[in-house]
Amino acid sequence: MDYALAVLVGLFIALGVYLLLSRSVIRMLLGVTIFGNGVNLLIFTAGRLTREVAPIVPAGLDHPAGPIANPLPQALILTAIVIGFAMFSFLLVLAYRAYQGLDADNTDTMRVAEPENTPHPPLSY
Amino acid sequence: MDHSLLPPAMIATQTALTDWVIVLPLVLALFGAALLLMLRHILHVPALVAGLVVIGIIACEVLLLVRVMAEGPLSMTMGKWLPPFGISFTADILGAAFALAAALVTLVVIIYAEGDRGESERGDGFHALVLLLLAGVTGAFLTGDLFNLYVWFEVMLIASFGLIVTGGRPLQLDGAVKYGFLNFLATTLFLLSLGLTYGLLGTLNMADIIGKASTANPAALTGIAALLLLAFGMKAAAFPLNAWLPASYHTPPAVISALFAGLLTKVGVYALLRSLVQLMPLSRDILEPALLLVAITTLLIAPLGAIAETNLRRAIGFLVIGGIGAVLAGIALAQQGGVEGAALYVFHAILTMTALYLVAGLIERRTGQRDTRHMGGFYAASTPLSILFLVLVLATAGVPPFLGFWPKLVLLDAGLQQAVAGDWADGVLVLALLVNAVLTLIAGSRLWAHVFWRQGGEGAVNEHETISLHRPGPREQWLGLGASIALTGLILVAGLWPNLLFEGARTGAADLVNPGRYIAAVGLAEVAP
Repeated sequence: MDYALAVLVGLFIALGVYLLLSRSVIRMLLGVTIFGNGVNLLIFTAGRLTREVAPIVPAGLDHPAGPIANPLPQALILTAIVIGFAMFSFLLVLAYRAYQGLDADNTDTMRVAEPENTPHPPLSY
Repeated sequence: MDHSLLPPAMIATQTALTDWVIVLPLVLALFGAALLLMLRHILHVPALVAGLVVIGIIACEVLLLVRVMAEGPLSMTMGKWLPPFGISFTADILGAAFALAAALVTLVVIIYAEGDRGESERGDGFHALVLLLLAGVTGAFLTGDLFNLYVWFEVMLIASFGLIVTGGRPLQLDGAVKYGFLNFLATTLFLLSLGLTYGLLGTLNMADIIGKASTANPAALTGIAALLLLAFGMKAAAFPLNAWLPASYHTPPAVISALFAGLLTKVGVYALLRSLVQLMPLSRDILEPALLLVAITTLLIAPLGAIAETNLRRAIGFLVIGGIGAVLAGIALAQQGGVEGAALYVFHAILTMTALYLVAGLIERRTGQRDTRHMGGFYAASTPLSILFLVLVLATAGVPPFLGFWPKLVLLDAGLQQAVAGDWADGVLVLALLVNAVLTLIAGSRLWAHVFWRQGGEGAVNEHETISLHRPGPREQWLGLGASIALTGLILVAGLWPNLLFEGARTGAADLVNPGRYIAAVGLAEVAP
């Protein structure tokens, strides 16, 4: 199961990177999301997978009786999902505003901050 | 509560009241930000509240720094869990000193912003976002847990997103798209390497990682360290991952650029310093050729960019990148000397880069231009500004007696020692550091000459001023210029009496290279390597 998930993580990351290499902002947004989900899946897999054993300590004991599923990766992923979602929604709004304000959803045509055909460096001094 | 009922993984004793000073700066910054956000339409002078909060933070951090200097690293673990399980906050000298520098710079920026911001900008949440940014930066400097570091990175990132688009001009949106995507990608890469660290070592507590990393599979750990280098290198804008910085730092108002230049990339190199030198020293040794290459290329290419650039703030952006190269050189040299130089440089860069952008903002405001081709003849109009800019350029290039000289000296000394010992690559690094200093001096003095010295804009030949200058109002004059002079004065004083800084950097570097005291402070037994 770990191996299957590892392959899946690889696919997610590859697809995310491929989409991020695109010039279209919408594709980059999709790429960021898929990349982020790949990373979340990676943390999940890195915590080792255990099936059907809830991490509950029986009453009257200090520690669980047998092997249990690792609860920590879930806490990490939950934090990462929330943060990733907030960032994604910001970027989504930003892309929309940039589309409205700059009339561009292609990074090649977004040249306000870095104008093309800038003059040569000054020769004085 | 009867502590005997608690399982052995919990802390039974009460945290000493004085230990709360580690988290107090964060609590103050977060509560201050929340308060200012809620009251942003009601408060008439939000800067006063923000300034008082930052002064409180500075007071806490001075206390913290004094304690850490006297007693060694200080740690506190949240939620009564014992260290490897709970989230630790651990302050050592480097973390506490950088956090203090960040808070000082934030105070200056808040004062400067009062002279810079117009009435129409009231209620846009600027001060809340500045405090949130400070919270993120302080958290990143003081945390002792890798996942917590990621969370603070994201706090910092979302606050900087808010600041960079405040105002919403097309120029800012353009810069924000590039800044946003690349920085979010960098933190996601950091999260990825963090997941792998957890998979390999089973822990994310920094002190615990130090102990476990020495026995871990070196190939796997070096892979993780390389990913961390990629992620933090991107955050720090090291060549060849620097493209986002000159594309975005000149787009927001100058006061926000100044805050970014002082804080954001420095957190990136700090994280690199901590993770590579302290957490994974064996992997750092394996990665040393890559680090040397990145440091040398960053050192050489960044000032060339500054020479070629005519936009004032974009040119300064390249100088910021050059500074990152110097810190990377320290990480590549490692050992006591290199780390000491890198630590001193980060402290210097937090102050100097902010001051440089603040002065650039004053110049832009008075000339009404962003491009040096349309500036000139400013020397006669404002002598204080021209002196400030020259001092800061010299400080950036590392000319004595300014603050920038000392870290370069320590780095050169460390590099020469290793080069003499037979490591030719370190000799090349020393050469790159020297060439960087000369190129930075050329870039900076050219900027100075173009803005202040020549008669008028490009092509002007007559002796009369051809540039129309905007006359500053009294508020702008006193707050803007006053804040810049205060910060530059601090740089001057710290450069003239650097003994305390040297002492701090020496002990701080020793704690990074030999983390015994750090691990003991967290409360974990050191594992013999």
